[in-house]
Amino acid sequence: MKLIAAMSGGVDSAVAAARAVDAGHEVIGVHLALSSNPQKYRSGARGCCTIEDSHDARRAADVIGIPFYIWDMAQEFHEGVVENFLAEYAGGRTPNPCLRCNEKIKFAAVLDRAKNLGFDGVITGHYAQMQETELGRMMFRAVDPGKDQSYVLAVLNTDQLAGAHFPLGDTVKDDVRIEAKKRGLYVANKPDSHDICFVPSGDNAGWLRDRLGSETGSIVDESGNKLGEHNGAYTYTIGQRRGLGLTVPASGGEPRYVLKIEPKTNTVVVGNHEALAVNAIVGDRAIWCGPVPESDTKYRGFAQVRAHGSPLACTYSHDGIEISVSLDEPLFGLAAGQGLVIYDGDRVVGSATVSRTE
Amino acid sequence: MTIYLDHAATAPINEVAIDAITKAMRNLGNASSVHNHGRAIRKDVEDARHALSELVGASASEVIFTGSGTEANNLAIKGFYWKAIAANPKRKVIVTSAFEHHAILDPIQWLVEHESAEQVLVPINHSGFIDLDFLKDLIANRGSEIALISVMHSNNELGTLQPIAEVVKLAGQIPVHTDAVQSFGKVDFDFAKLDLTAATISAHKVGGPLGIAALILKRGLDLVPILHGGGQEREIRSGTLNAPAIIGFSAAAIHALENRTLNFTKVRKLRDYFISELKKAVPDCTINSISDPALPGIVNVTFPGTENDAMLLLLDSEGISCSAGSACSAGVPRPSHVLVAMGLTEEQADASLRISIGVTNTQSEIDQVISVLPSVIQRARKALDVSRLA
Repeated sequence: MKLIAAMSGGVDSAVAAARAVDAGHEVIGVHLALSSNPQKYRSGARGCCTIEDSHDARRAADVIGIPFYIWDMAQEFHEGVVENFLAEYAGGRTPNPCLRCNEKIKFAAVLDRAKNLGFDGVITGHYAQMQETELGRMMFRAVDPGKDQSYVLAVLNTDQLAGAHFPLGDTVKDDVRIEAKKRGLYVANKPDSHDICFVPSGDNAGWLRDRLGSETGSIVDESGNKLGEHNGAYTYTIGQRRGLGLTVPASGGEPRYVLKIEPKTNTVVVGNHEALAVNAIVGDRAIWCGPVPESDTKYRGFAQVRAHGSPLACTYSHDGIEISVSLDEPLFGLAAGQGLVIYDGDRVVGSATVSRTE
Repeated sequence: MTIYLDHAATAPINEVAIDAITKAMRNLGNASSVHNHGRAIRKDVEDARHALSELVGASASEVIFTGSGTEANNLAIKGFYWKAIAANPKRKVIVTSAFEHHAILDPIQWLVEHESAEQVLVPINHSGFIDLDFLKDLIANRGSEIALISVMHSNNELGTLQPIAEVVKLAGQIPVHTDAVQSFGKVDFDFAKLDLTAATISAHKVGGPLGIAALILKRGLDLVPILHGGGQEREIRSGTLNAPAIIGFSAAAIHALENRTLNFTKVRKLRDYFISELKKAVPDCTINSISDPALPGIVNVTFPGTENDAMLLLLDSEGISCSAGSACSAGVPRPSHVLVAMGLTEEQADASLRISIGVTNTQSEIDQVISVLPSVIQRARKALDVSRLA
């Protein structure tokens, strides 16, 4: 096959590209420039948008022996990921920009471009496994539970997954680093990126405040009694306990948590831990990563709501648009906008965006 | 099989240069040393300088060797600016053309940002030439404020030869520098005849090695140096002389000048053939470069509905090397400021390629390029259509 290897400049995508070459594919390396001003999203060696990272990617491509190009995806990234991130927070939701980037950039803009230029698909260094089964191509968790990235890939539909290649899903990260070293890839010991790549400081709240302003609002209890003030409701996350700065203590002295963010009134609602309990989740924008389950039929499976969250036993069903999940045990703290991913064992069934909880 | 159509980026090194460099590398000595080893190297360097100076229409002492064309341009821009403001703090204006190479535009921009210089860009007309009327008015109105005028001898993306003689005439007493890296060795270029104050030439564009260039600087002029050290090159450019590279530069330049007319005719014929075949194969393309007065080998062409990074990737996969405008430091392609300066939209500039033909190219190579272009363009168009719909 003719494949485009999306190369961030990190160790994973470099080894993924090298493995694809070993497998006999014709591979071309592409580094995605996600900022029109590479310094803007600068994040040292940890992010994916610096001059150094593009050089690292180029050097890795040279060592592997594949052609290398830089594709300017700055506009697509800004419109599809950064603006969406801000709009979601402004709307009181908690988005995951990595999911969005996979859905709109890596496996949409890049994959489409690759296909139209005559390539068959895109390789990335994500940790997930694709398997051909009797029911078609399906996605499974990676063998390394600490690195499994199937959650952030669950936004890909079957068409997108048909062109997606994840050569690292069967390997643990430590072995990938060892392999990189053996292959002479000097990014072998490059640190992993953890932060949101366009918020290099890691100060999510400060970054949002700079862009969305810091309008003072009320922090209230569930009955509407004012307990304190905040400088921008969107800088809080559901389930947050620390840094609330409440001036009125709880009657029983128990800790209080953010339960709800109301962007229209710029209000943050807090309450006790029990009030965070979620027993049922509804998500919209359903995407199926394999065969579509029968609608209005109840299935047993697992729900995961964070990239490295635990899979929660549940019963789920869908009506074609929304996925409804009933959890066996309550989950504490879930915000609208988070990704809801459904698993059948290790197989990724599909995903939705959390719209409401009970 | 690969086809190289990027001679304006760098040209193949000539065998005579390789031989001269190889021989010179076996000789021991620092050209600045007083002993016999040093003197022997110095003689070879000065022979090379002398030969080169004759080829460029200058005297030997007017040749200041530098490590690159970029360095020579920086030396000229910053050196003349510092010299001018030291003599008269009001001389803060640096005049250049809107489509100069970044090795001119960026040092000027640096002086604007850090040393209160003022940049005035002479506009470019739709044919790719500087607006002499603008320059004339500018000199008439603000001549006493101008530190330096720097206009390229030929444009690297279009090949158009600029009216440098007229610029010098208009400039009067104002120093004029020209970046002649694309012209030297390919078309007539004579420093003295043009009455220039300074000019930049570079070895690797004429079949010489990388890493050696020269600033031709009028005798008797001192410039504030950028590099301080051993005081080589009239104390204007310190640094141990790169004797083998200088000798290779000279050998390549001699060879290029000896064969200039022949090469010019051959390359121009190939270029004209390419353009006529291109028009047949891709009727909706637009040729942005004019044929005369211009360098013989540059074709700048817009393929509507394409993006040049996709075109370059697809051509590269066919073994064909050419180029587009410039890229930022991270390697992100940017719309060519040259094409935008001559009036193209960013979209048109994004859809343009520079094909630069050299003397080693053949007609069958041109035929091969023409034969793959329609399918390459078709795929590039498809890719762009999809990204627009997304």
